[in-house]
Amino acid sequence: MESRFQRILLIPSTYALIAALTCSVLWLSPVCAQEAVNNAQEPIIQPQIERREFKEANIDTEDFEIGVYAGLLSVEDFGTNPIIGARLAYHITDGIFAEAAYAQSDTDETSFERLSGSAQLLTDDERKLSYYNISIGYNLLPGEAFVTRNRVFNTALYVIAGVGSTKFAGDDRFTINAGAGYRFLATDWLALHLGVRDHIFDIDLLGEKKTTHNIELHGSVTFFF
Amino acid sequence: MPINALILTLLTWFIAAPVYGDTTYEKVKVADPYIELHTGPADGYPIFHVTERGEWIEILSRRTEWFKVRTTDGKEGWVNRSQLEQTLTPTGEQAAFKDVALSDFSTRRWEFGLLGGDFDGATVITLYGGYSFTANISGELSLSQVLGSFSDSLLVNANLLGQPFPRWRISPFFTLGTGMIQTNPHATLVQAEDRTDFAGHVGVGFRTYITRRFVFRAEYKNYVVFSSDDENEEPDEWKAGFSVFF
Repeated sequence: MESRFQRILLIPSTYALIAALTCSVLWLSPVCAQEAVNNAQEPIIQPQIERREFKEANIDTEDFEIGVYAGLLSVEDFGTNPIIGARLAYHITDGIFAEAAYAQSDTDETSFERLSGSAQLLTDDERKLSYYNISIGYNLLPGEAFVTRNRVFNTALYVIAGVGSTKFAGDDRFTINAGAGYRFLATDWLALHLGVRDHIFDIDLLGEKKTTHNIELHGSVTFFF
Repeated sequence: MPINALILTLLTWFIAAPVYGDTTYEKVKVADPYIELHTGPADGYPIFHVTERGEWIEILSRRTEWFKVRTTDGKEGWVNRSQLEQTLTPTGEQAAFKDVALSDFSTRRWEFGLLGGDFDGATVITLYGGYSFTANISGELSLSQVLGSFSDSLLVNANLLGQPFPRWRISPFFTLGTGMIQTNPHATLVQAEDRTDFAGHVGVGFRTYITRRFVFRAEYKNYVVFSSDDENEEPDEWKAGFSVFF
């Protein structure tokens, strides 16, 4: 009963009624008189003016792409092993982007080491491989993938090449990389990549200096921000 | 279940946060006869919708020169900056979609770049960052890796860069700096030791604005390495590369 009474009191129209009654009783008081004047001057319809300044800076710019990748790296003479890495890209135009990457892998024994039994060319520490590189990519073929009749995803086939350094067998080696990748945009801000890269560096470990081609296959998840 | 609820909340936050933030988007009115909505942020993606003059569009996000917009009937697509230059703001003014231009290059504050080249016969890769104190003077920090046949080195440099003509499209500069060089002879060489020396350098070069935030830079530096041997070494360095500015 009490709660119902409170509810009646809380209804705004009830408040208005009480106020009107109070005013009519005390109509001589200056407060009520002022309120009556104000009510008369207010227009019936309040125009909704929304003045908002346009600021280009308020638009969220998503030119950076960050992510991780994992795959397989084949090191000439030293076997094929898993590799994991991280990448950061900056999209300069709709076609061109710059990318920095860092990755780590292990390598196996060469067939020479295995056959000879005890001869070891490298220590365990030297057998670890890591690289960094900075590359320029170009979105060669922008496209769409039709997963079902009503689900369409944006994709791009890109080519990429760059320079960097590979730390392997105790030394840092100047490395050129080149390859291609396929970017599948699951949403506007989440992308899945498949890529292949050739890392080209010189190695003089087995007597004479030779140029090696080391192929990497990887899959990657990246976020635009 | 509180854990389920927590997971659900986290999931909702992860999935929904970037999409359904409580942000209010910038609105503009189309003033061109029409604008074209592409399915993706590049010219190669097809046009799937056309919005006519007088319609309002919301601008959701931007990638390079492309803006993701939403029309009043809920269609979402990508529009090139050039087509939005003619749109009007809610106050009736022309919306200013500024292109990054040469004028921004001469008033830049930060600059980051990558250079590659030759350091006394070896390959060098340099990553650097710079800050402009005035239009003419900036300070730079750089990290270089020199990859040679017999040794590789790491160089850390701090230098001042003077730019007498900051408004020229091809703008020359000179530089003066100091740093440390750490040399590691290759593992295949015997009886070689790592060493760290102080180094100073002078250099000249130029920068030229290409497009958007992109700058081409080329430079020559002459180093003096104060080696622990009696004789100082004086390697030359030639480099070129690209940088971005903000």
